[in-house]
Amino acid sequence: MGKYRTTIGLEVHVQLKTHSKMFCGCGTDFGAPPNTHVCPVCLGYPGALPVMNRDAIRLTVISGLMLGCRINSYSKFDRKNYFYPDMPKNYQITQYDLPLCLGGSVEIEVGGRVRTIGITRIHLEEDVAKNLHYATWSGIDFNRAGVPLMEIVSEPDLESPEEASAYLLALRQILTYAGVSDCNLEEGNMRCDANCSLRPADRVELGTKVEIKNINTVKGVQGALEYEEIRQAEALDGGRTIVQETRRWDADLGITSSMRTKEDAHDYRYFPEPDLMPVALPAEQVAAWKAALPELPQARRERFVAQYGLPEYDARVLAAERAVADYFEAALRLIPGSPKAVSNWVMTDVLRVLSERTIDIGRFPIPADALAELIGLAEKRVINSNTARDVFALMLDEGGRAGDIVKTRGLAQVSDTAAIEKVVEQAIAENAKSAEDFRQGKAAALKFLVGQVMRLSKGKANPQMATEMLVARLGKG
Amino acid sequence: MSELHTLGVHEVLERLNRRECSSEDIVRDVLAAIGRIDGTIDGYLSVAAEDALAQARAADEARRQGAGGRLLGVPIAVKDVLNVRGQPCGCASRILQGYVSPYDATAVARLRAEGAVFLGRTNMDEFAMGSSTENSAFKVTRNPWNRNCVPGGSSGGSAAVVAADEAIAALGSDTGGSVRQPASFCGCVGLKPSYGRISRYGLTAFASSLDQIGPMTKSVRDAALLLQVMAGHDPHDSSCLPDPVPDYAAALVPDLKGMRLGLPREYFVGGSDPEVERAIRAAVEVCRGLGAEIVDVALPHTPYVIATYYVIATAEASANLARFDGVRYGTRAAGAEDPIDLYKRTREQGFGPEVKRRIILGTYVLSSGYHDAYYLRAQKVRTLIRRDFEQAFQSCDAIVAPVAPTPAYPIGEKGGDPLQMYLGDIFTVPVNLAGICGMSVPCGFTTRQMPVGLQILGPALGEGSILRVGHAYEQAGGWSHRRPPL
Ligand SMILES: [Zn+2]
Repeated sequence: MGKYRTTIGLEVHVQLKTHSKMFCGCGTDFGAPPNTHVCPVCLGYPGALPVMNRDAIRLTVISGLMLGCRINSYSKFDRKNYFYPDMPKNYQITQYDLPLCLGGSVEIEVGGRVRTIGITRIHLEEDVAKNLHYATWSGIDFNRAGVPLMEIVSEPDLESPEEASAYLLALRQILTYAGVSDCNLEEGNMRCDANCSLRPADRVELGTKVEIKNINTVKGVQGALEYEEIRQAEALDGGRTIVQETRRWDADLGITSSMRTKEDAHDYRYFPEPDLMPVALPAEQVAAWKAALPELPQARRERFVAQYGLPEYDARVLAAERAVADYFEAALRLIPGSPKAVSNWVMTDVLRVLSERTIDIGRFPIPADALAELIGLAEKRVINSNTARDVFALMLDEGGRAGDIVKTRGLAQVSDTAAIEKVVEQAIAENAKSAEDFRQGKAAALKFLVGQVMRLSKGKANPQMATEMLVARLGKG
Repeated sequence: MSELHTLGVHEVLERLNRRECSSEDIVRDVLAAIGRIDGTIDGYLSVAAEDALAQARAADEARRQGAGGRLLGVPIAVKDVLNVRGQPCGCASRILQGYVSPYDATAVARLRAEGAVFLGRTNMDEFAMGSSTENSAFKVTRNPWNRNCVPGGSSGGSAAVVAADEAIAALGSDTGGSVRQPASFCGCVGLKPSYGRISRYGLTAFASSLDQIGPMTKSVRDAALLLQVMAGHDPHDSSCLPDPVPDYAAALVPDLKGMRLGLPREYFVGGSDPEVERAIRAAVEVCRGLGAEIVDVALPHTPYVIATYYVIATAEASANLARFDGVRYGTRAAGAEDPIDLYKRTREQGFGPEVKRRIILGTYVLSSGYHDAYYLRAQKVRTLIRRDFEQAFQSCDAIVAPVAPTPAYPIGEKGGDPLQMYLGDIFTVPVNLAGICGMSVPCGFTTRQMPVGLQILGPALGEGSILRVGHAYEQAGGWSHRRPPL
């Protein structure tokens, strides 16, 4: 790829998390039987009129604020005219020249290199229906028609497929942080079109742009763009010119193929939507939304390091997802002295379970306060770390509070010197050979003896006290 | 009781309230009149006889049980462009054949809530595109005063059935004069409220920024009552105005003392039929006699209204009518190879020539390269036309003018020349472009006994003023009570 420079811009479509559709009262939940969330408005019946869902505007503006955009105080909607079976009215209500948000940026990091990717604009539009094709006929499911869709258009600042996928991930992280969308790719919450061009490394002006549509996964973005880089490079190598066109990504075959060229591009005949009034956003309204914005992932990461003294790595893992970060901080609030312990538990035990069960933290069975209680018991040495992991497993499967489980099952650690001393005596007596080995300087023997103490105490002895006593009795350490 | 069908809304309500007849009696009498007359008028596309009788019996039962309702038991005919739940809403087009509306338009729902009975669907120019009702895909409605003449349009069916006493009152829609001009041609009252006064929800859109629903009645008082019921904020229509609805009946005083009526000089430059102009001037004198001061006003952008209107209206129509594609409802052409082919065949077979002409024109004025020269420029001129009226209403309370340059003309006379037809809209379209209100009130007859309407215009939300002028004129010497010889 050294011969050419790649230029990529992404148009990301994000379904907003509103209760109802953009212009009618129909629900937005995914997976309902076809054509059950429909009404005269979202089916484009004669005489039906759209009415703006104010929450869709709010969520778009919040997204813009999270991404550092300027918010237009006066914005309007337009009709984009084209015929397609997934369009109930054969025009889409969108925003042409006065979108809600302008400017803004996203920071990405690829291979240790941090770059700022510009955002051109964010506008709000209605989603289309879903066409379903069968052997001899096709169907249209209008449940999705009219769901609010936010389109985030980036500047052509991305220089590689890796950067494109990093941008998409960063965007997804910020938007889920903002709570504006689930950004669930499987459910089609987030879809993407890419513009890609190549130019010789020594040239400044951009090459001919190719638009790639129908990319619905992060992997797809990278795959489609990698394919396109190779295709365009081969064409340039062969002395052929790149045709300005729209291509479709086929995820199964891993190729892009031509959909239409510039010649048969649509004339969308935009004009202002007469059924909707322009949107005026008073500065006080925007300021109020801005004041209530959640922290950005990057800011939270930095705060975790500064405020809790967590290692950079921990902060990055914990802050990656807002709900996980919220969970971490909710637990930490109850045992504020132990940030590293809470971090360890969340990073290793909690996240392991989430990935094993492929659930998100919202469905994790142990609430943050219950985990905090468990960690508190371990930190205060009421139970030792092995017992704590057993209690964690019990809480995971059967629920309950750590304190109750420890009490009813008699799992509290024994820290009574006399009691432990007795068991230490017994362990030395039963394992004279190991005791001798330790005296001879074999450090590993001590570990074995501690293990024996734990076995004899049914795991309840304070292992640190046992170790100290063994060393004291056997004279060396 | 065979004269019940000749009554207006208020007279029907008086008889019902005095228990002199039932709603069922009225509906039966109207149905009988339709049976006798409509074969020669062709005002209705369909009559929901059984449905209407059932609604009437329900209204009678409600009345027996003491229920109120400002229109309880009054049968109303509805232009085929408005959605009435369970009835067809075909816009007199083949493309909507078989479509039965699943919902009530807001205006219809408000009338229904007050007890109105929905009789049937009246003929119109297809998708309200036309000024003579000759563009209906199904039939040509005839003017009750002369069956060789057009009833006007596009609400020609509603005007004709009210004039011919085949209905107590009717609803029309007015995008560029479609309520006022047929009211003028047929000799009934037709009111186009200010843009946003009545919700457009459920009114099949022709040109969204111009469309308004309007009552067509036998008296100004009836128009005021229907407006009273239908007007007001509707959360289903963002363009519907939130302003409170005044008591229109209270505005109906019998004189015009203290009112200034403007005569636009551009409307009296010899372009109109002399008989029309004579009738208007006579009506102006009646108004003067009622105490009104007559003042001269200017509407300097009048020469541009037709061009401006036909650019904006067709641009919006080209998008509004895109939904008629054979996919979800209405007619679906057979034998299509793919979706685009399906659209082409369905729209080719489903739309009539005038609708196609306007869709093509609207598509053209919005297309890239022409958008600025046509659509954008028309929007700028529209602003100037609106300012003309704002300026004029600085010096008067209402404007009086002709509705159309001519009385009703023979069927077929202008069918071959769309431009000639468009020019007949010169006095009505500026009202829609400016978003103000207007009304046609019968003001006399030509020597051939064809009705002429007086157009009364008021500023936005000035319905009270024009109803007052119309009512006072009607009481003092109007022609609303004259009926065609049938
Ligand atoms: Zn809906």
